[in-house]
Amino acid sequence: MNKGVKFTGVPSMEEIKGCPGTPGEERFEKGPVVSIECVQKIPCNPCEAACPFGAIEVGSSITSLPKLDEEKCIGCGVCIPKCPGLAIFKIHKNYSEKTSMVEFPFEYLPLPEKGDQVPCGDRFGKYIADGKVLDVKNDKKNDGTTLISVEIPKEYFMGIRTIYRG
Amino acid sequence: MRVVNHPILGEEERKEYVTIYYNGKPLNAMAGETIAATLMSAGIRKFRKTPKYKRDRGVYCGIGRCTDCVMVVNGKPNVRTCVTPVEEGMSVETQIGYGKGEE
Amino acid sequence: MKETQVVIVGGGPAGLAAGIEIAKSGGQVTVLDENKKPGGQLFKQIHKFFGSREHLAGTRGYEIGTKLLEETKELGVDVILDAPVYGIFEGKTVVYSKDGKQHQIKGDKIILATGATENTLAFPGSDLPGVMGAGAAQTMINVNRVLPGKKVLMVGSGNVGLIVSYQLMQAGADVVGLVEAAPNVSGYGVHASKISRGGVPIYTSHTVKRAMGDGEVSKVEICELDERFQMIEGTEKILDVDTICIAVGLSPMSEIAWTIGCDFTFIPTFGGHVPKHNENMESTISGIYVSGDISGVEEASSAMEEGRLAGIAASESLGLYSEEKAKELKGQVWNRLNTLRDGEFGEKRKQSKNVQISRYMEDANE
Repeated sequence: MNKGVKFTGVPSMEEIKGCPGTPGEERFEKGPVVSIECVQKIPCNPCEAACPFGAIEVGSSITSLPKLDEEKCIGCGVCIPKCPGLAIFKIHKNYSEKTSMVEFPFEYLPLPEKGDQVPCGDRFGKYIADGKVLDVKNDKKNDGTTLISVEIPKEYFMGIRTIYRG
Repeated sequence: MRVVNHPILGEEERKEYVTIYYNGKPLNAMAGETIAATLMSAGIRKFRKTPKYKRDRGVYCGIGRCTDCVMVVNGKPNVRTCVTPVEEGMSVETQIGYGKGEE
Repeated sequence: MKETQVVIVGGGPAGLAAGIEIAKSGGQVTVLDENKKPGGQLFKQIHKFFGSREHLAGTRGYEIGTKLLEETKELGVDVILDAPVYGIFEGKTVVYSKDGKQHQIKGDKIILATGATENTLAFPGSDLPGVMGAGAAQTMINVNRVLPGKKVLMVGSGNVGLIVSYQLMQAGADVVGLVEAAPNVSGYGVHASKISRGGVPIYTSHTVKRAMGDGEVSKVEICELDERFQMIEGTEKILDVDTICIAVGLSPMSEIAWTIGCDFTFIPTFGGHVPKHNENMESTISGIYVSGDISGVEEASSAMEEGRLAGIAASESLGLYSEEKAKELKGQVWNRLNTLRDGEFGEKRKQSKNVQISRYMEDANE
């Protein structure tokens, strides 16, 4: 169905899994980690400097795709608001036995509040499942990019990427 | 409709208003904004009528290039409303064709 | 008549960057702009820019604009606003109007940084109020903070169409869809992904058949296109919208360059006819430089770099920089420009720029 980002505007699962910013399946099991869904060579590198652990490498050619060192990444999420493409997500697959945590950038109003039950959507903005808002970080230094984390059913940790906006 | 609160630009901080008159009707305008902004904030989008078929026209380019948004301002026709700021008491009228005095 | 070393026409990202470079080299410079505020179209760009982090990537466009203005002020660049330039005459005399009067200023060098203008698209009803340029809508929401409409259809999937769709949603409008005549999305995938996550359907291989409404837009009919860009009968869909935004490219604003006799060349990647120029951004008329969208439509980041390049080159030719120093500075700018014209989206612009420069060289060698 999804033929890829050039045709639909949304990267396909194959594109996401094949890009160097996506952690391997085993890494997701181990704890929080970011997933950089950056699949096109555009001139951009703020993510590289944003990482305090040196886990993201773009290199001297700034059109190279960001490469995630999944051993160095601790899933702090500092890089998320630094990405002009809003393409970085933090994922904690085993947040609890049955739930995962997904953190994403959000630049709309109104903002939800911690503890709210909210409908969550996928990369096409389609409703997937309800989630519970764990945190809303609206730090001034992030310049309007709010970070929202939601607790969601574990099966959707690779699917849910936003609040469903109706 | 005005954008009062914005996720990036924050809350509207401008507070000063002036009054302009659109076809004689008073409108609240934000000081310093363009005439086109005031009209659109009030939901007015028909700015003029074309010379030949009298079709309605409004803002197209918004930066002073296309001249689709010209109106009669303080009696003067062909004023580009998208780049002309409002002034207290200003009269703004729908322009018919080439404007008053030229038809 | 007022005289100065460099006159710059246009105070957007390219013109201001050029002015800054000339002032840095100790040159005398005047920037003329027809608008009441400097910065060109930077102040409506509220998204974070791409590029390298050393050059403000990750900073929002309007904040880059603020920085440029601060630098302009600190360096004492003379900026004359509300001053449309309407001609350049013999001896590099620039004529502009201000306060209803004609004024003249003579420069040893002139830099044209006049920018670009939005293209239109013709379809039945395309003249109805409510059909507007995407850039116009962007000015309305981000500069004037006024919504042009509540339900919007965007036409065109280049970065402008994608970004303005996103910003319309941020301002509180509902973008009911985006149509694109080509079978693929032409702008950056990350921009498309933002609006997709917001629930906006992207209709590739689609176009607008007609806009409907009594005196202003209230509905639009879209339909699918075949591989030869012909409308496929029976695929029509009617959408409730009050606004149709057109984002089908920009054309360089090159009237002044034409009138003074600069040689042009046709480069579709850059929006049509563009002045030929060399590696110093100098046109075929000695001492007249071009930079930013007039020399080929790209985006604000490369416009600023081209402005810097033209500024440094003009300073060099005025003797304000040694050849060696100028070479070093220009090399740095070229490196950054090459970086911006790299990758799957930039490669074509890099090739086109090489063609544009080689056509200048061909003429020079004849």
